[in-house]
Amino acid sequence: MRTERNGLGGVFVVAEVRRSGIHSCTLELVSKARELADARGREVTAIVLRSPSEEPVEPLFRHGADRILLVEDERLGSLNAEVHSRIVAHLIGKGDAEIVLAPATTTGRTLLPAVAALIHTGLTADCTGLEIDAETGLLLQTRPAIGGNVIATIKTPDHLPQMATVRPKTFPVAPPQDRLGRVERPLLDESLFCTSVVCLGEESVEGEEVDIQGLDVIVSGGKGLKRPEGFRLLQELADLLEGAVGASRPTVEAKWISYPHQVGLSGKVVAPRIYLAAGISGAVQHLAGMQTAETIIAVNKDPEAPLFRVADVALCGDLYEILPRLIDAIRREKEERHD
Amino acid sequence: MKIAVLIKQVPDTDEVKMDPEKGTMIRDGVGSLINPLDLNALEAALFLKGERGGTVTVLSMGPPQAERALREGLALGADRAHLLSDRAFAGADTWATAKVLATLLEKTGPYDLVLAGEKATDGETGQVGPEVATLLGLPFATYVSRLSATDGGLEVRRTVEEGYQRLRLPYPCLATVLHDLNEPSMPTLAGKKRGRRAEVTRWGLSDLGLEETEVGLSGSPTRVVRIAHPKITRQTAFYGARDLDRGIAHVVALLKEKALLQGGGQA
Ligand SMILES: Cc1cc2nc3c(=O)[nH]c(=O)nc-3n(C[C@H](O)[C@H](O)[C@H](O)COP(=O)(O)OP(=O)(O)OC[C@H]3O[C@@H](n4cnc5c(N)ncnc54)[C@H](O)[C@@H]3O)c2cc1C
Ligand SMILES: Nc1ncnc2c1ncn2[C@@H]1O[C@H](COP(=O)(O)O)[C@@H](O)[C@H]1O
Repeated sequence: MRTERNGLGGVFVVAEVRRSGIHSCTLELVSKARELADARGREVTAIVLRSPSEEPVEPLFRHGADRILLVEDERLGSLNAEVHSRIVAHLIGKGDAEIVLAPATTTGRTLLPAVAALIHTGLTADCTGLEIDAETGLLLQTRPAIGGNVIATIKTPDHLPQMATVRPKTFPVAPPQDRLGRVERPLLDESLFCTSVVCLGEESVEGEEVDIQGLDVIVSGGKGLKRPEGFRLLQELADLLEGAVGASRPTVEAKWISYPHQVGLSGKVVAPRIYLAAGISGAVQHLAGMQTAETIIAVNKDPEAPLFRVADVALCGDLYEILPRLIDAIRREKEERHD
Repeated sequence: MKIAVLIKQVPDTDEVKMDPEKGTMIRDGVGSLINPLDLNALEAALFLKGERGGTVTVLSMGPPQAERALREGLALGADRAHLLSDRAFAGADTWATAKVLATLLEKTGPYDLVLAGEKATDGETGQVGPEVATLLGLPFATYVSRLSATDGGLEVRRTVEEGYQRLRLPYPCLATVLHDLNEPSMPTLAGKKRGRRAEVTRWGLSDLGLEETEVGLSGSPTRVVRIAHPKITRQTAFYGARDLDRGIAHVVALLKEKALLQGGGQA
């Protein structure tokens, strides 16, 4: 609570550490944290919990961190909600954080609620906007609700720290600056690592990460593909644009594609720069997951498809005719650039 | 095995229509139902009960009408139902909701397992489950897409960005579940009858032994400052059968403009 804490420790960011290393959404948060900390005249601290690694942490400095709290331990290699949240709560408590941010990934959305409960403070989920209120100095947290149909602004007036999870790709990564900071390796009490949960294993899906939330382009397919092979065409287009493949719920239910690809109310909420939907009607539940995309392109043979109503570009016709033509056009354009 | 399932009543988004002018959801006259993922949680609880015996208890905090959601839970096969309803609970954020639910779980427990949905379709925070677990000091797992009960503990598979993580949690523990966990069943006629007759225990603030300042709006660390209804302001460029060439050129131009065609040509 505010009475016991003063928040002079500034803005803390919980880094997203994956098997492939520190995820780029961490840099987005560090960049934003820099802005918020400057508005408050305070420091930015990044917390990195991982198993021992050679990967440098300096990029976090270049994008805004003043200090990195680095905890390396074999036991931190795989997420253990109990242990990780206890350590984060300990570090932000000791550091007297005013604001704590984590990406709204499965990890951040697991850890931060536990941290909020441990230290008794508020937490706003899935924020898409953060700013410091000039008058009160409080963090104003903006988040879409009810599938993006409502935008709520939330504050945490009487508790510290003020905590938020933030959707990946919401804030840009600030240009790198020539700056350094302090790496501290806090010594943690053995009791913080105490757990009765056992990790039985980790598997990657399809031999690769299925992380559609982190990419600029998503090419999604729906029932209109008619057959599972249709996703190959979408994959071809997605590869060309270095994007990911998304899907509507019925295609996931029909097992044409796996659940991590599902976009919508009961799948992922995405906000890529380009969302291309092919053969998706545009039910409210699907729109809830993608309507905040920067640009929406819809391919559908039904001129009345609800998805057309939220699209920037509507291509009305058979997707099996349109997509190959689009793929050709993109290839030609790319080749020209290379000649 | 004693299992508790947290169920929340949410507006039926199936019936929600979009207001094309304002870009908002039209909720008027919309019915309410159990949050879809909570039905998956309940289905899993009933399955485990069938396998290992025990009881399934459903709990909900909400206005008096939330009793209907609980009766639906009873109709589906839950043994007991508890409704937390009190003016003092109104306006609760996830912390204050979790506090009340955790207190009730303590009063009516102990439970070996608590199940919740990964997130609710209205608040979409997914915070209540982990917060309840932490307030009770229970180990927990989120994003669970498979689970099985063994004598040694609850084995779960979490679906995460990189794939899957498999965990074993000792009892008592809490799990929040995804929709691909199972296929929720429909209530039977006999079940419906039972659901109408069975008792729903009501709990108010004084029954919980909590202070008014710990619950509802006054117990909530967060405050909503304002609500905006963003208008969908997209201008749709529509291309029909005869001008698809132009449509495709438009898309390519957009990609170019956004510098998304720079990568190596994988042609
Ligand atoms: C609680 C709940 C949660 C839900 N959550 C989600 C969710 O997370 N995500 C989700 O997507 N859905 C969700 N749904 C389901 C949602 O209501 C719709 O049923 C679903 O989005 C429809 O999928 P679709 O557009 O692929 O299929 P359809 O509605 O069948 O649409 C297929 C479209 O393809 C077009 N088409 C057909 N052939 C062609 C062709 N050759 N070329 C071009 N176009 C063609 C048709 O005109 C049609 O518009 C949820 C539903 C409920 C009740
Ligand atoms: N008022 C409530 N009563 C009972 N369970 C709830 C309530 N609010 C949330 N839950 C549970 O917590 C899950 C996540 O909800 P939320 O954190 O609101 O997204 C839901 O699926 C329910 O299982």
